[in-house]
Amino acid sequence: MKVLVAVKRVIDYNVKIRVKADKTGVETANVKMSMNPFDEIAVEEAIRMKEAGKATEVIAFSAGPTQCQETIRTALAMGADRGVHVVTDGELQPLAVAKLLKAVADKEQPGLIIVGKQAIDDDSNQTGQMVAALLGWSQGTFANKIDVADGSVTVKREVDGGLENVKLKLPAVITTDLRLNEPRYASLPNIMKAKKKPIDQHKPEDLGVDVAPRLKTLKVEEPAGRKAGIKVKTVAELVEKLRNEAGVI
Amino acid sequence: MPLDSDTLEQLVDTVGRFVRERCIPLEEQVAEQDKVPDDLIEEMKGLGLFGLTVPEEYGGLGLNTEEESRVVIELGHAAPAFRSVCGTNIGIGSQGLINAGTEEQKRKYLPGVASGEIITSFGLTEPEAGSDAAGLKTQARRDGNHWILNGTKRYITNANVAHLLTVMARTNPAKGGSGISAFLIERGTPGLRFGKPEKKMGQQGAHICDVIFEDCKVPAVQMLGGEAGEGQGFRSAMKTLDRGRIHVAALCVGMAERIVEESLKYAAERKQFGQPIANFQLIQAMLADSQTEAYAMKTMVMDAARRRDAGEDTAMLASCAKLFCSEALGRIADRGVQIHGGAGYIRSYAVERFYRDVRIVRLYEGTSQIQQIIIAREMMRGQKA
Repeated sequence: MKVLVAVKRVIDYNVKIRVKADKTGVETANVKMSMNPFDEIAVEEAIRMKEAGKATEVIAFSAGPTQCQETIRTALAMGADRGVHVVTDGELQPLAVAKLLKAVADKEQPGLIIVGKQAIDDDSNQTGQMVAALLGWSQGTFANKIDVADGSVTVKREVDGGLENVKLKLPAVITTDLRLNEPRYASLPNIMKAKKKPIDQHKPEDLGVDVAPRLKTLKVEEPAGRKAGIKVKTVAELVEKLRNEAGVI
Repeated sequence: MPLDSDTLEQLVDTVGRFVRERCIPLEEQVAEQDKVPDDLIEEMKGLGLFGLTVPEEYGGLGLNTEEESRVVIELGHAAPAFRSVCGTNIGIGSQGLINAGTEEQKRKYLPGVASGEIITSFGLTEPEAGSDAAGLKTQARRDGNHWILNGTKRYITNANVAHLLTVMARTNPAKGGSGISAFLIERGTPGLRFGKPEKKMGQQGAHICDVIFEDCKVPAVQMLGGEAGEGQGFRSAMKTLDRGRIHVAALCVGMAERIVEESLKYAAERKQFGQPIANFQLIQAMLADSQTEAYAMKTMVMDAARRRDAGEDTAMLASCAKLFCSEALGRIADRGVQIHGGAGYIRSYAVERFYRDVRIVRLYEGTSQIQQIIIAREMMRGQKA
């Protein structure tokens, strides 16, 4: 069984995000970029499946500018076998990525697609669900544990108020949650070897996908700063304020 | 062959992340328990850190001096005890073998050195021979197919856990430096004994101890470089120290950057007179001086490393870098404590620990004074020519 994992190049989680002066987006020039942490979990899970003999090949997919190759290389260094890079410079929204993923899945015929539940830049949480819908495959989102058996996969999902087990028929789409696994560091020898693993490049047109954005970003703003609190003198005053000003009791 | 820039950046980035996420959170524990946890050591092995400088054909990464320096700077961001775990395998413990070992010796040991299965150690210093390395007293007497060693080595890093020691001993009492040979001595060789780890000022978690030879019977094939290695030991040792000095200077850069970062963070948080102390110009002066020196250090290390990789003789430059970086690091650590004020004297602040940790760097792998002598000697050699 082939496993297709999608990896997104995002601003590194350690970087303090700054909004551009013209409020059209966030500053990305000279900012450290890395793989979306949820996608790292997806790559790790796919590699573990291969190590356990449940997957035969792990393909890492990414869409975006040339630099996305670095992100694919990271996946290859962790243990993925080869990469697929859809090269495009414009803004990519979840629906466009889902369509690209579908096109690649049509070609590669994977048994599983694993993606992070969301990316830490736009927090959309849509791509996995959309690609499942486009392919007409079952989906197991927010995976906490995955068990692949013959022809099916059991996914323990993190849902409000607990965990839910679902059994899906393969092929299927899974999105990873934080507690699924702890991704490995790529070993230094494997980083060097990753350079020799192949990365196929495509353009969206080659795949017959129109990636033009459907949504327009109007304005991006910093969250409002926290206002200073006040000190109350008595419990009575506190209760009075909670009741009349905050309206919480 | 040098790595392409993408691969090198990814390598450096991965080590940086490992240091930040895995090592730094354990610093206090390591300092308190005087031990780097075994599972972290296993992770370091898995990462490939022990084989940074071992050639690829023997299972290592074969990094050149510049690439090694980049990685070591990252390692230097954590307490130096972590770097010490793999430091001897990267540097003095393996370089002799790589430079002067026979093919058979390399095949036998280097793959294990690269994977971290074999921990190495380097024995040159003695109770009465430190800076005067050529005056070492440990004797090796030929006895058929063996050499019989007698003597004591002092302050030997990682000796307590080493599987393989490169040891300098005198095979010809009549000669000075050229009467010294190097031996590859395995743990468990009869007549080899270790002293108790010393209690040090800093770098808890990294260990040094005496290595004692009492009629230690070493097979003749264990002479570094085989029979032809007789009398070459001192030369190989000195060659090893050249790259080692750049390595130490790179380590200094890493520690300097960390101390600057800690100092800046503290200065931005600590309030006096109603505002962060970073707003005060006298604090700013200290921060700026440290930043400037840290930058100069890095520039110097990178230049020396690149020139060494280009094939230049860098004996003088390596000493310049080691001298400047270790001395500047001492000043930066001192300012770090000063910026922290009273907190800088308290154990729970990293800067207090670094202040003690960095003191050794001006002493080991050649004291500052020895570096000055080497630099001046190289300068004067140019003058005569």
